[in-house]
Amino acid sequence: MRATAPARIDVRKTYKLFIGGAFPRSESGRTYEVTSAKGAFLANAAQGSRKDARDSVRAARAAQPGWAGATAYNRGQVLYRVAELLEGRRAQFVSDVAAGEGLTERRAQDVVSAAIDRWVWYAGWSDKVAQVAGNANPVAGPYFNISAPEPTGVVAVIAPQESSLLGLVSVLAPAIVTGNTVVVVASEDRPLPAISLAEVLATSDVPGGVVNIITGRTGEIAPHLAKHMDVNAIDVAGALGASGITWGELEAEAAGTVKRVLRPAGDDEGSWADAQSLNAILAYTETKTVWHPKGM
Amino acid sequence: MPRFEYAPAPESRAVVDIASSYGLFIDGEFVESASGGSLKTINPATEESLADVAVADESDVDRAVRAARRAQEKVWGPMPGAERAKYLFRIARLLAERSREFAVLEVLDNGKPIREARDVDVPTAAAHFFYYAGWADKLDHAGFGPSPRPHGVAGQVIPWNFPLLMLAWKIAPALATGNTVVLKPAETTPLTALLFADLLRQAELPPGVVNIVTGAGATGAAVVAHPGVDKVAFTGSTAVGKRIAKEIAGTRKHATLELGGKAANIVFDDAPIDQAIEGIVNGIFFNQGQVCCAGSRLLVQESVAEEVVERLKARLGTLRVGDPMDKNTDVGAINSAAQLARITDLTKAGEEEGAVRWTADCALPEQGFWFAPTVFTDVSAAHRIAREEIFGPVLSVLTFRTPAEAVAKANNTPYGLSAGIWTEKGSRILSMADKLRAGVVWANTFNRFDPTSPFGGYKESGYGREGGRHGLASYLIEGSTR
Repeated sequence: MRATAPARIDVRKTYKLFIGGAFPRSESGRTYEVTSAKGAFLANAAQGSRKDARDSVRAARAAQPGWAGATAYNRGQVLYRVAELLEGRRAQFVSDVAAGEGLTERRAQDVVSAAIDRWVWYAGWSDKVAQVAGNANPVAGPYFNISAPEPTGVVAVIAPQESSLLGLVSVLAPAIVTGNTVVVVASEDRPLPAISLAEVLATSDVPGGVVNIITGRTGEIAPHLAKHMDVNAIDVAGALGASGITWGELEAEAAGTVKRVLRPAGDDEGSWADAQSLNAILAYTETKTVWHPKGM
Repeated sequence: MPRFEYAPAPESRAVVDIASSYGLFIDGEFVESASGGSLKTINPATEESLADVAVADESDVDRAVRAARRAQEKVWGPMPGAERAKYLFRIARLLAERSREFAVLEVLDNGKPIREARDVDVPTAAAHFFYYAGWADKLDHAGFGPSPRPHGVAGQVIPWNFPLLMLAWKIAPALATGNTVVLKPAETTPLTALLFADLLRQAELPPGVVNIVTGAGATGAAVVAHPGVDKVAFTGSTAVGKRIAKEIAGTRKHATLELGGKAANIVFDDAPIDQAIEGIVNGIFFNQGQVCCAGSRLLVQESVAEEVVERLKARLGTLRVGDPMDKNTDVGAINSAAQLARITDLTKAGEEEGAVRWTADCALPEQGFWFAPTVFTDVSAAHRIAREEIFGPVLSVLTFRTPAEAVAKANNTPYGLSAGIWTEKGSRILSMADKLRAGVVWANTFNRFDPTSPFGGYKESGYGREGGRHGLASYLIEGSTR
């Protein structure tokens, strides 16, 4: 503690949830203390509740048809714009990541660069995925027949616990690029990059409700999303290292509504350095096949 | 219109020899089950007993999985794709050569009309093997990167509505990709799978590459639960699919689930009505309506609803219901007493909830399990017959006014397997096809299947696709996302 106050007191940010394009506090009124990797106080983050999760699903569902209905070209542009804004806010992300993950500034710079590049990589898939993952089918009869991927709907993303920005981007971007909308449960102990990302999204052209972000206890919120009847798919990556929950338990809960479950690649979180793939996109798509007779 | 009477035209059953009892097909030979337990399979059209079939328990399933593992590691996995392909081509040809035998046996065990078994089930099964045979040495070009790898041992559990065809849907892509198989046929329809084992003998398929373990639900559960199974493929009810998804949760097993459906068949006022009537009939009365993608909810635009329903009833009056072995039969027997009880129960609920029932006036045989084609009108979205899968020859008719209302009603179900659209307006077809949340959309047609065409559901109708290039994905490590 300093004996005297500094010449200027800085204005600190209140960290809130991101639901339907707005920044509400948790309806529960709860917050929890977020500290740096070294234990210094960083923020009182909102401790989201089951009700917050349900509100988020409702916002995501409401936004889904519009987002899926945008042209792929438009979605690609909107998402690319997010990368532009991420670049503009680089300093904030570097500071969030360095503090939360205990990285040197140089290492944090690399992580932020990788996250921005990854966002650009996924954004570019929007108007290509149907060409790569869809095809015409030469059926034995006079029919036009074509298969193409569509978004599955609302995706719950339990974000990685350790990699709070690169990991988050690696699980979020592939979900939204095809037109899904998402409810993210941010890293429990390192939620600040997720909230900074929410601020980027809020000032981008991504419509409200496409991405909703809840901070709080992963073990408390994730099971509600795994069970929720209006959630179509769940990425359980963030169950690794979360207390009170395993990814297998979330998958078992998800079975009750035949959710699509994206499992963690390994038994611990590991590195997200190479975690970009077409399969991460296809995990949240449905192949639709349309038939029509041919005739004169 | 004059009604033409048809003389009986029964197919001969002499073409097929049914043994009095069957063992399990493990490691290339028929063996006794460890427990000695068996079940009877009957002809649902006559209730006559056809054969005693062994029931596999956990130890039998274990033997089968071990055989499959050995075969995968020592023979089938290392074999060049071009050689695997030739086995699959052999199987396709043998199925075509013995098609009459398979068709007759399918009819006896399942109750479906010979016309369907002969013209759809068996030729499509053969075509499926022929199609995937060609993929076996072209997997590098399938879009999953260079040299995609098989999972290993596939445990496959199939239903009773298309016994041989579902076997083909499961086994053909599994073998083409280098997996080996433990297949569990349905309790009530094991015979064509056992005849298929004989066909594999003729094909000289190496022992253990395909193993067939018969039995009921417990046998299927043992296949799914076996730790040596790397990939599970299931077709059946949504309730069992959910149990399987839960069972394998937290493991590294991959699954494809092909579950129930409650498809909307949507008829607009500008539809070609004659074709639509045929499509509606084919949609719900094909295979006695025991089809997961059946068009069981008819959504018809209000302005033409009366006309469509009248013409539909007239058409249904001409369907011939009865002996499945008769080549003129349109609607055969329900597969089992249990299924008949479910259909009866749900139609009773339909009447109790206030829908108006119409049943075709046709004589039903004394013996066996039968249900006359039935149509419910004045059905509301809340009625059980509009929400639950009946899996029988029962059509629920609802109406709509606008395309948006049709979309909302069609999608108002936890299922999402298939849908039908009938309209002459092309732009409306494409717009509707975009908005319907279903894996297969048939426009101005219904219930078309092809080996090259992916099939599978949205939502609680399951995940993964069978057929086409997409059908390879879930049998390859590089193609699997769930």
